[in-house]
Amino acid sequence: MTNKVLALAAARARRLGMEMVFRAGSGHIGGSLSSADILTELYFEQMHIDPAEPHAPWRDRFVMSKGHCTPALYSVLSLRGYFPQEELELFRSIAGHMSGHPDMRHVPGVDMSTGSLGQGISAAVGMALAGQLDRAGYRVYALLGDGEVEEGEVWEAAMCAAKYRLDNLCAIVDVNGLQIDGRTADVMPSEPLDEKFAAFNWHVVKADGHNFDSLRAAFEEARAFSGAPSVILARTVKGKGVSFMENDPGWHGKAPNAEQYERAMAELDSAVERLEVL
Amino acid sequence: MGEKKATRAAYGEALAELGARYPELVVLDADLSGSTMSKTFAKSFPERFFNMGIAEANMAGVAAGFAACGKKPFISSFAMFVAGRAYEQIRNSIGYPRLNVKCAGSHGGLSVGEDGATHQCLEDFALMRAIPGMVVLNPCDAHEMRLAMDALIEYDGPAYLRLGRMAVETVTDSVPGYDFAIGKGALLRPGTDVTIAATGLMVQRALAAAELLGQEGISARVLDIHTIKPLDAGLILDAARETGCIVTSEEHSVIGGLGEAVCALVSRALPVPVIRHGVEDAFGRSGKAEEVLEAYGLTAAGIAGKAREAISVKESLNR
Repeated sequence: MTNKVLALAAARARRLGMEMVFRAGSGHIGGSLSSADILTELYFEQMHIDPAEPHAPWRDRFVMSKGHCTPALYSVLSLRGYFPQEELELFRSIAGHMSGHPDMRHVPGVDMSTGSLGQGISAAVGMALAGQLDRAGYRVYALLGDGEVEEGEVWEAAMCAAKYRLDNLCAIVDVNGLQIDGRTADVMPSEPLDEKFAAFNWHVVKADGHNFDSLRAAFEEARAFSGAPSVILARTVKGKGVSFMENDPGWHGKAPNAEQYERAMAELDSAVERLEVL
Repeated sequence: MGEKKATRAAYGEALAELGARYPELVVLDADLSGSTMSKTFAKSFPERFFNMGIAEANMAGVAAGFAACGKKPFISSFAMFVAGRAYEQIRNSIGYPRLNVKCAGSHGGLSVGEDGATHQCLEDFALMRAIPGMVVLNPCDAHEMRLAMDALIEYDGPAYLRLGRMAVETVTDSVPGYDFAIGKGALLRPGTDVTIAATGLMVQRALAAAELLGQEGISARVLDIHTIKPLDAGLILDAARETGCIVTSEEHSVIGGLGEAVCALVSRALPVPVIRHGVEDAFGRSGKAEEVLEAYGLTAAGIAGKAREAISVKESLNR
């Protein structure tokens, strides 16, 4: 798949995510914008899946361990064909099932219900263990935040994945450097993540989380590595694509007002239009 | 009848037997497999046994992942660390997505004994029954545990199962007509003056209490409530109607367990006096298991005292 096609899908996902959050009047836009490219690369290029068969036993699995970034996840799932885009209109609404955090029982394509940070990676380890036990060929992906890794359970899971040499497991950390209360470096320093994961016996890969060549190469390296789980430390910008939201922790979990929404959509629309004419 | 065996031993044996029939059964433990007895399964099926180390939160989440891929995982550790430490993982990663994970909490209650308060979980029923859709089981003896395991492996959904440390007398194998089903209690002894609804190792004590009461001319009915959720409403309401008062007895805090479940039921449907027998808003303490149970009044004599109290309340209301 060309980078242009991927970039266009990611740009559309950002626009859909912004619409969802504005319409709902709440939601986590900052981390959704930072992870949109990673999710697009996964669902449009890396994962062995069939949206017509969301429960196929052979499929690759994805766990959104940083579960609050549903504006990005649901948008990408919808763009990939798991469900019609109109369903996004009921995001966070009592009238539908597009819950604020991923719900595997109601949202097609969601492989695990998540939301409480640190728990998704454990479920991903269980899925990878099941795959290993069955000698099934599927891979398991989990996306974490760099604030999320402050949860101790992440490191319990990391130890466990290394113990069982789960080379069918690939974690991605969306390293945007921010969490709700401010800079991760100030709230609770989680770096150096490369040394931490290496010390937990993981294969560590670094990537630019907004560059499809870099992401593609990282996923390929992870797939080729055997005998240990891989983690991709994807450097990203929180709020990516909306100038006034970038690198501002204030946009972690806040909806824009009407004026901010117009400005944000103008930027996101022009990104889509630029890519459409290419 | 008469054989003494811990329910945790029956748990381990049942897992090993079921492992042969259910290839999708996987068992996880958190470095306590010699205590929870999941090691019995580990010996027979090492490739399907996963020691998660001292990390109960991760164990619960890993089990959720197994279940999401069609496996039938059982996790075990001490009740304190399953229901307590991993509470939120069980709620959010297992209960909310309704995943087929069986959570076994061993060494529940005071009968842990010497390890003391930090290891004597008195809140596991309260925590687990508060989770929507969670089945909560507490078999009273090895025979009942074996049957509970057969039922659990066929049940598709999240469940909590308490295991006991102490060897207890097997009583349910000699009850005429006894049958096990999730959500159905068992009538162990007929009676007309008072009902003792007991769970776990308090069932044997309830039978002994009924003997004591019988010597005083009091006819006590004994119910074995192995399923704390969903509660057997029919059995309990029949007892309320026919005996007019109830004593609940559990090796658990009086807050949030069987007692409150029974109160909630009868207060709505058929109000009769209910006296809750259990641990009164207190932590446990170290001692030999039997000594600790005695110190907290979890004895046949303790139950009999509550039964007299219940009858006296009933009579005062009827005057």
